[in-house]
Amino acid sequence: MLHYKTRKNDQVINLQAKAPFEVALEGGLLPAVNGAVIGVALNDKILYQSLETQFNEKPHVSPPKTPVLHIKTDNTHIGYGDAIRIPSDMGAVFAGPSLGIVMGKKACRVTEETALDYVQGYTIVNEVSLAETSFYRPAVKAKCRDTFCPIGPWVMDATDLDSPQNLAIKTYINDTLCHETNTNQMVHSIEQVIAYISSFITLEVGDMIIAGTPLRTENLEINTGDVVMVEIEKVGRLVNPVVAE
Amino acid sequence: MKRARILFNEETLNVTINNDGKVVTEKGTVLEEGSFTWLPPCEGKAFVLAINYADHAAELSFKAPDEPLVFLKSSNTLIGHNQKTYQPDNIDFMHYECELVVVIGKEAKNVSLESAMDYVGGYTVGNDYAIRDYLENYYRPNLRVKSRDTCTPIGPYIIDAAEIPDPHNLAIRTYINGELKQEGSTKDLIFNVPYLVSYLSNIMTLTPGDMIFTGTPEGLAHVYPGDEVIVEVEGVGRLKNTIISETDYLNSL
Repeated sequence: MLHYKTRKNDQVINLQAKAPFEVALEGGLLPAVNGAVIGVALNDKILYQSLETQFNEKPHVSPPKTPVLHIKTDNTHIGYGDAIRIPSDMGAVFAGPSLGIVMGKKACRVTEETALDYVQGYTIVNEVSLAETSFYRPAVKAKCRDTFCPIGPWVMDATDLDSPQNLAIKTYINDTLCHETNTNQMVHSIEQVIAYISSFITLEVGDMIIAGTPLRTENLEINTGDVVMVEIEKVGRLVNPVVAE
Repeated sequence: MKRARILFNEETLNVTINNDGKVVTEKGTVLEEGSFTWLPPCEGKAFVLAINYADHAAELSFKAPDEPLVFLKSSNTLIGHNQKTYQPDNIDFMHYECELVVVIGKEAKNVSLESAMDYVGGYTVGNDYAIRDYLENYYRPNLRVKSRDTCTPIGPYIIDAAEIPDPHNLAIRTYINGELKQEGSTKDLIFNVPYLVSYLSNIMTLTPGDMIFTGTPEGLAHVYPGDEVIVEVEGVGRLKNTIISETDYLNSL
């Protein structure tokens, strides 16, 4: 089952569909989730390897001991088809294709073995960011601008997805395939990420974890006038135009 | 006007505080302390300033930053007045941080320094506990240090901005078990309230209920399970909470 949200007369309406073709994508969808959104940074093997030298230098000094988390505030969340608004004077802006893990049960201190029992389903996230020159300080300026986190179009029930840890992720800019990765590239698995976060943060129903974004190369740079599409195998496609802020 | 949120008979209520310090419901009923649970007085994004007092920067061996050093908290960490904060087992450095918290009153985007104070709805008091043992040099201070369940008491209430004509001359004090342990003044803020509102609103849209924890002065110390910690901002409020052990916390769930 697919779960999505739309708005009618200022009311949020929760809808369900059995198949993608039943969903009117032009209908002004809201972000597919409305809870807290926590991202896991540096959770891609290629990205991680590219930084290994830097991890041992100042200011980092040593590699991360635990998953590196950040918060995508609610002003960043937008739905399918909504415009990503990018500033003109802050340097390059990058798409951040990722699987979104949506919680279906309140999760406090769950083990890796039971972690997947707490997942309602999965969605598609574009964790948009300015360039990051260092991972030393929180990336509020780079990651928390309005519209910098498209989420959707829907949440697909976990029961409809056999292998969330092995899904191809493709990013298209203006219909050109410009980046490919896979959820099997995560440094910390879905179960590990849920267990770690829930060891000190109680995850509520509807909260979402951005599983991990890849190295942001120029392939993923987005510009005004572009249309960016993140496709996750079996889950769906998230499409957003890019406009000037 | 002082406004708060409480849990009463399993219902969340918006209440006011009268001149005797008593909670009054929208229907006018006065509630006795102990008959309800204090909730965080607002809901929204929670920004926190690190090293926003020069003396605290020196205490941590940091130089004062060139621009505000802002991090975020997730809503899981916020608790109200008179609640319990748990201390994880096997840690050595759990520090309180008494802070003036600015509460946004109306939507703010690209606000100038000159008009920034128009967007401040009120003030409250925050205690931004940190578990320094968990510090890592990635998105520092990382969520494990600062965004833990129960780790950020806030409240008891929001006092309207109009009642605090000068937020930059307020004494800040922390008491542990009645003993004064931390003392400073908001006059020593490196980046003041209008600067922070303007700065953040130039990154993103601020909305009513968003909170800006403005940082803490020097005077940190470790706390222990059983300690009663009161953080106080002059004219704004006194926020009390109690430290409990991780075992007691887990047993309470």
